[in-house]
Amino acid sequence: MRAYLPGYEMDAPRDLAAALERMTREPGVWKPLAGGTDLMVLLQAGTLSHKRFLSLWGLPELRGIEVGREHVTLGALTTYTEIRRDQTLQREFPLLCRAAAETGAVATQNRGTLGGNIANASPAADSPPALLVYDAELEIVSRGRVRWLPYHAFSSGYKQMDLASDELIRRIRLSRTKSEWKQHYRKVGTRRAQAISKVCFAAAAHLEGERMVDVRIAFGSVAPTVVRAAQTEQLLRGERPAPGILRAAQETLSREIMPIDDMRSTARYRRQVAQNLLAEFLEFLSQ
Amino acid sequence: MREEAHKVQVQCEVNGQAVTLEAHPMARLLDVLRENLRLTGTKEGCGEGECGACSIEVNGELVNSCLVPVLHVDGAKIRTIEGVAEHGHLHAVQRTFLTRGGAQCGICTPGMVVASVNLLRRHPDPTEAEIREGLSGNLCRCTGYIKIFESVNAACRPKERRA
Repeated sequence: MRAYLPGYEMDAPRDLAAALERMTREPGVWKPLAGGTDLMVLLQAGTLSHKRFLSLWGLPELRGIEVGREHVTLGALTTYTEIRRDQTLQREFPLLCRAAAETGAVATQNRGTLGGNIANASPAADSPPALLVYDAELEIVSRGRVRWLPYHAFSSGYKQMDLASDELIRRIRLSRTKSEWKQHYRKVGTRRAQAISKVCFAAAAHLEGERMVDVRIAFGSVAPTVVRAAQTEQLLRGERPAPGILRAAQETLSREIMPIDDMRSTARYRRQVAQNLLAEFLEFLSQ
Repeated sequence: MREEAHKVQVQCEVNGQAVTLEAHPMARLLDVLRENLRLTGTKEGCGEGECGACSIEVNGELVNSCLVPVLHVDGAKIRTIEGVAEHGHLHAVQRTFLTRGGAQCGICTPGMVVASVNLLRRHPDPTEAEIREGLSGNLCRCTGYIKIFESVNAACRPKERRA
């Protein structure tokens, strides 16, 4: 049933300091709202439990893509469209651009934000597997405090995040060290646009000669959070991406993921597809 | 913006005219356009950003108006289906939707036309793949899409642009 609007409040602070001040003064009362592509859906469905919202959409401090010598830093309000259009990201971070291109369709990409995607903490989100591959770090701010956190340490369980009620994600930083790595992204969903993934895969490997000296493998929709397949990565490190290693790698992967049955797919299908995607990645590396 | 009970006043431009919208800050832009301004060309389909029936442009970017809180368009320039034809002349996309069977029942058509116009501004001579991607957020249950894609394609031909 549609929400009763007067039961809700929304305010737009004029700048980041004002937003953080409000969140410190009334901890837990104000929930941040960025592009609204998730929260407005819940509002219409009448299932939005939070009642007071701080609109971050107009805050300039959370916008912009900065290209530095060692990092590319994206404001939390960077939209998928902005990600897709950025030439440095296209060149050096193709997994993130692919993820952005496969999220929703044009209209959602114009409003959905990277920071919102992270804070919404869906295990089925499309960009976070790419962020894990790129060893992304989050800049988390509160009144008078700034801290950097590796993104892999951000989620501890389903919708459980290392983000206090007075904190906001301000920026996301990607290290420019993997542009020479071979990179592979694949979202498996019901349809190529507007579908939430059944399984989402992002991976990259640093090859020296024929061997993988380093590798990152990340999945969406196979566990309570987006995950890195750390044990599979460990097994593959130093190996050649050849058929001989595939079986052991798939078995290791199958042990470290925890897919479930839900409205979009089944655990069994997801487990099989995850293993197939790993095989596809190794084949891609061997080409 | 001045608050009044639960409502706020939002200043913006809709189809070239300055307007002041008075609404709850979280009211969906879709509802405010339809109910406050009586711009009922913008349709509600799914109400959850999946179908594109409520597509409009905000500052030249395509959005689903069902997912935009009205507070977010303070100072923005909005274009709805009612603003696509200019000075009484249909846009090339509107003409080809008419002549090529791009519209059947009509519920998706306003959103489909707005998304097509937005696409053609970004890609004046789109490939088939660009047309399909540009309209991938707009669902149609009648046409099977082929006549819609043909309409958009035809709208790019010099003859239609001139007309």
